[in-house]
Amino acid sequence: MTRVLGRAGLLLGLPVVLLVTWWFASAGSKSFYQPPLETIVKVFPDTWTGARFKSDVFPSLIRLFIGYGLAVALGIALGVLIGANRRLRALVEPLLEFLRAIPPPVLVPILILIAGIGNPTKVLVIVIGGIWPVLLNTVEGVRGVDEVLADTCRSYRIGGWLRLRTFILRAASPQIVVGARQALSISIIMMVIGELLGATNGLGYTVVEFQRGFQIPEMWSGVFVLGLLGVLLSLAFTLVERRVLSWYHGARAAERSGH
Amino acid sequence: MTTSPNTLRRAGDNPALLGLAGILAFGALLEVLPRVGVLPSEYFPPTSKIIAALIDEFGRGDFWQAVVGTVSTWLIGLAIAVLAGIVLGILIGSVPVLRLATASTIEFLRPIPSVALLPLAVVLFSAPIRSILLLVVYASFWQVLIQVLHGVTDVDPVARETAASYRLNRWRQARYLVWPTTLPYAMTGIRLAASVALVLTITGELLIGGTKGIGEQIAVAQSSIAVPSMYALIVVSGLIGLVANLATRRAERMVLAWHPSVRRELPL
Repeated sequence: MTRVLGRAGLLLGLPVVLLVTWWFASAGSKSFYQPPLETIVKVFPDTWTGARFKSDVFPSLIRLFIGYGLAVALGIALGVLIGANRRLRALVEPLLEFLRAIPPPVLVPILILIAGIGNPTKVLVIVIGGIWPVLLNTVEGVRGVDEVLADTCRSYRIGGWLRLRTFILRAASPQIVVGARQALSISIIMMVIGELLGATNGLGYTVVEFQRGFQIPEMWSGVFVLGLLGVLLSLAFTLVERRVLSWYHGARAAERSGH
Repeated sequence: MTTSPNTLRRAGDNPALLGLAGILAFGALLEVLPRVGVLPSEYFPPTSKIIAALIDEFGRGDFWQAVVGTVSTWLIGLAIAVLAGIVLGILIGSVPVLRLATASTIEFLRPIPSVALLPLAVVLFSAPIRSILLLVVYASFWQVLIQVLHGVTDVDPVARETAASYRLNRWRQARYLVWPTTLPYAMTGIRLAASVALVLTITGELLIGGTKGIGEQIAVAQSSIAVPSMYALIVVSGLIGLVANLATRRAERMVLAWHPSVRRELPL
């Protein structure tokens, strides 16, 4: 019992201490830009529930999920294609190395110029940021498939869709998941940047509007929302990963214990 | 007739040649498509125009100032993040109580997207360079910290017991046991941090402005709708990124020349 309490104390201790310190240190704050935590917490519900949730949070989330989904799907498809073909890989590898080195946010002004500031642009912004980690990790994963298994597939004449689904994608999935996790955090960042540079609604847009309108407590609450979004999505990803890769973690654990 | 397929195959087996062919084909495609009207040429200038704009930029003084500005902001931010990440990582990693106590806080702070801090950074600091540095340091610090934390726990138990039986003191254990184990992890963290830091530097310049940098030059080119210069500057940002990647990879190989992992490339 004391052990459980001790663990819980260690887990929650520091966050509680930090929050309490912030609460009291900022309590009497007269600084315009650093309002008391109490004020921020007070404006939070009014700012983010009701109408604004529907007009700003919801569209952002929809764009994020579509953009992220497209980035992962395209990344896997292209990655399998490139990873499975040695010549193609040699042909595009230096090009990909260069394209990947371009910081994705600098492409946003170009995209806005070409496609305006509509929803397609904002989704595209997320795709061009998120596709790289998935693509490159899929290429690595497909390239590193077990050769004995590849030969086995060949001897049993397992080909086409069955081979792709049960062998290639399965073998590359631990790598693909690593890429998908990186892509998730990049997607959130790209979502915000897309909305900062050109938008009429959305989370990023709203937070910057608060900043420009000097609604400082509301701005702080917006930063909280973005932070919370990042934390919740990362948590959700961990849960999905545990399900999808349970076979892999199980095999690794068995390997370690010597079976 | 029999020689041509053979030479073709030989050319096809040389990855460097194929890679060069890939880049040239990409450039040629972007030259032809706007010219024949498949892509609108006012938004997709042909490759030759982008190269001309690039050469034009190379001749301008403020372009080079911008390059120097971007690179120095990047290096300062990266240095702060790396130093803080290594020191805090080793400290937290080697004290089990600290490790347990900070785990939940780290797991919570790490996924916060760095651009979420952008409005805060803008109102908290009046100097734009500080706002940019805050974003850069916040984003790249976690990469180093997490890797170092992994590294510190990876110390070989047999080596630890050996050190204990030889009565190595705390400092010597840190120097000869913990540090060599942690270094490869730290280098991975630094490599990841370097590319994240560069992205955030240029993004900060683009969004906040007010400093000399490539990001701000892109914003200027955008507001004057100088499309070929925009593309030229994007190419420059890619080249800086490429050089940064190569430099960190080379540094990693040099620092870890003694380490077995350098011989087999770890997929990360």
